[in-house]
Amino acid sequence: MGVVATIPPFESFYVEHRDAVFGFLARRLGRTAAEDAFQETFLRALRAYGRLEHGRHLRAWVFTIAARVAIDASKRQSRDAVSLADEPAGEDSPPAYLELEHLAEELPATERAAVVLRYGYDLPYAEIGAALGSSADAARQAASSGIRRLRRKEGLA
Amino acid sequence: MKVTAQLDRRFRDAAAAAGDLDVGYDLVETPIGEIFVATTAAGLCRISYDPEPEGLVENLARRIGVRVLRAPRSVDETRRQLDEYFGRRRRDFDLAIDLRVDEGFSRRVLDELAHVPYGEVTTYGELARRAEHPRAARAVGTIMNRNPIPIVLPCHRVVGASGSLTGYGGGLERKEALLRLEGAIL
Repeated sequence: MGVVATIPPFESFYVEHRDAVFGFLARRLGRTAAEDAFQETFLRALRAYGRLEHGRHLRAWVFTIAARVAIDASKRQSRDAVSLADEPAGEDSPPAYLELEHLAEELPATERAAVVLRYGYDLPYAEIGAALGSSADAARQAASSGIRRLRRKEGLA
Repeated sequence: MKVTAQLDRRFRDAAAAAGDLDVGYDLVETPIGEIFVATTAAGLCRISYDPEPEGLVENLARRIGVRVLRAPRSVDETRRQLDEYFGRRRRDFDLAIDLRVDEGFSRRVLDELAHVPYGEVTTYGELARRAEHPRAARAVGTIMNRNPIPIVLPCHRVVGASGSLTGYGGGLERKEALLRLEGAIL
């Protein structure tokens, strides 16, 4: 890896991560729903790609997008299954992953990705390790040191 | 889990349709070999005989924007017109051209080059005269050699003062094949 992480052409980024992202979505949503979610993930990534400031942690970045798309898709799936009258009314607080992304903004990139993927999106450590290009153990360590840092910063017990 | 060719193609088509690409490209089959074709929202920006697109893609990403994707649909119109040209059903290309980085003299020369008609040839010196720098024949040669959009900007129609084919970025055989196709040489 070079000293400066330049942003690769979208083509290289897409080819490098498409299989891992599709595998992740297929495990979460099943193969058929995963196809729509796959397209949506990379279209969202494409839209945001021109605003990236560096090319580090692109795997973690695209997994964050995929995780959010998967959450939207499973919400739609359960909404289709449950009639509207059954939905709880007036619960408008932001979902956990949005709050966490905001809180974790100032963490070092790896810790931030590990914290958001673990506690915001409920991904298993093996999956996060794959997303970060490391191991499940390394992901667990990054998440827990990120949480410690957050606690110190926020003065949480 | 491997993405199927079908899903891959579906995404590439959707990306071209969404209009979020800086550059869309594809490889296009022609009788003179496979060529690299790239377009932006403003028009055709690159044709190359180089069959190894990686360096070209990197270069476009640096020059124009990082959102470069192989997206066959984005070059459909160019592909159609090239097919017609090589099938002798088209003499002039009707394509928007995106030459954003070329300025000054090279821009003027390429604009003049675009007006050299199908089936005719001109010389480096004559093109220099038309671009109002009559002594710049050698510079015109360099500009032809670096033509970002060969075939469509017809640098194959520019020959030496003696009538010799002189040179071509894609190799002399290709220059000869194009001039023969157009009936400019026998």
